[in-house]
Amino acid sequence: MSLLSLDTVTASYGATQALFGVGFDVAEGEVVALMGRNGMGKTTTVKAICGMVRAGGSLMFDGMPLAGRPSHRIARLGIGLVPEGRRVFRDLSVEENLRAAARPGDWTLQRLADLFPRLGERRGQRAASLSGGEQQMLAIGRALMTNPRLLILDEATEGLAPIVRQEIWAALTGLKRDGGLTILIVDKGLRELARVADRAVILERGRDVWTGDFDALSPEIAVRHLGV
Amino acid sequence: MSREGALNLVVLAGLVALPLWAHLAGETFTVTLATRAVILALAGVGLNLALGAGGLVSLGHAAFFGLGGYAMGILAFHAQSMTPLVDGLLPGTKSMPVIWLTTIAVSALAALVIGLLSLRTAGVYFIMVTLAFGQMFFYFAISWNAYGGEDGLSIWVRNGFPGLNTLVPIQFYGLCFAVLALVLLLSHLVRRSPFGLVLNAARQVPARLEAVGLDPTRVKLVAFVVSGAITGLAGALFADLNRFVSPAMFSWQLSGELMVLVILGGVGRLFGPVVGAVIFVALEHWLDGVSDYWHVYLGLLLLLIVLFARGGVIGLVAGRERAHD
Repeated sequence: MSLLSLDTVTASYGATQALFGVGFDVAEGEVVALMGRNGMGKTTTVKAICGMVRAGGSLMFDGMPLAGRPSHRIARLGIGLVPEGRRVFRDLSVEENLRAAARPGDWTLQRLADLFPRLGERRGQRAASLSGGEQQMLAIGRALMTNPRLLILDEATEGLAPIVRQEIWAALTGLKRDGGLTILIVDKGLRELARVADRAVILERGRDVWTGDFDALSPEIAVRHLGV
Repeated sequence: MSREGALNLVVLAGLVALPLWAHLAGETFTVTLATRAVILALAGVGLNLALGAGGLVSLGHAAFFGLGGYAMGILAFHAQSMTPLVDGLLPGTKSMPVIWLTTIAVSALAALVIGLLSLRTAGVYFIMVTLAFGQMFFYFAISWNAYGGEDGLSIWVRNGFPGLNTLVPIQFYGLCFAVLALVLLLSHLVRRSPFGLVLNAARQVPARLEAVGLDPTRVKLVAFVVSGAITGLAGALFADLNRFVSPAMFSWQLSGELMVLVILGGVGRLFGPVVGAVIFVALEHWLDGVSDYWHVYLGLLLLLIVLFARGGVIGLVAGRERAHD
């Protein structure tokens, strides 16, 4: 059974329609890559799932409809979001950022420090004073501290130094291997996604145009829909 | 110990030493001034919870201050005139603990209703809605002739507290100081608690808090209610200090003054309202003797603080607030 299921999802920003019918499923324990060129509706899809933009069509999480729920209630169902950009609480320390989000479950401060040792070393440091990569690790950590059943990462490695990107991808690979966490990941790094993603969904102009196993994502499809 | 912690201790020691010295030296008026400063500091600590920690710029906190004053005034009035509050049912009282509990309940309830409505808005609209509520109470008090209307209500004898003679200025000061110290301790614990962290996060970016499953509006509402209850308690003490309540306790000027003293001392800093209240009362007393237009000097000082010391006097002396480690 699918943990997350979208069917003919539409969404608009005022008079401008951004999604014209997006549909895909994410099964429990699966890692799905949501891909597409810039402006094709990836972030809007994420926002629709998380209740941050009004959406039409069917959005189901664990058999429950998401439409009409405020975004904090959706998060409480077990959807952890790492939003685009380094969205940490800048005036709180690393530990305070994590404690503010913490809910009971397997993820603890110690387990997070094991996943991102840098965060453990800087636990008392103000979040605003962290490097971009460390802030991104903190944003991922904060989402994990909610002990989600589905983790959504929106452009989690964008704009980061290659060495930091590698660190984050290694952590995501570890999450898949050790935790069996269900992940929906928006990213442009084809090579890195190939290490973690089971399946891919490609969006074009607000519609899903290709869905399949990640291994089946041929160079021709990538050139046609992703321009790479 | 941090620089700010040391500064806080110095302020606390000053609030113990100065009134004691004044009492021993027979400077009763100084004790009364210190009591006024401590009570305004208490109101400021309440406002600071909403303004500093929650980012809620309320220009209507005089509503809670006034409600505290009138709750005390009405209960004491019925006790001194020996008339029931509600026909044959509720008597008045001169007992401070009972008055305080009533005050806290009334102010918290008012803050809940005002918060539920005003927190649907943000920014300048929030300021306007809270201001409007304050003015509603102000005009209601003016027209409430049963309790003095525009002339206000005099209380003949200060209310009592078990084991103390509250008519002795230093004893009443000690009581007010103890309440302030207790509320400061509670405020410190709240700031360090998970709720305090979440409130701080809600002030910074509400949308990010929603993404981790927390409702920022509810968090701010709880802070607003606690803030209102503390300010209401300060209002009851203020009315007891003056033995008089009047619609002026609801005025927007008073809301502004509470905000000014919080900004002077340092918004969001634990002892900001305390330092601000001491400076405010000192300026009010000394500058008032120099010029009828002492508010001009206060305004100038406020301007300098806002322009050159964003953390208020506490920030100027102790530097930027550290992350809690």
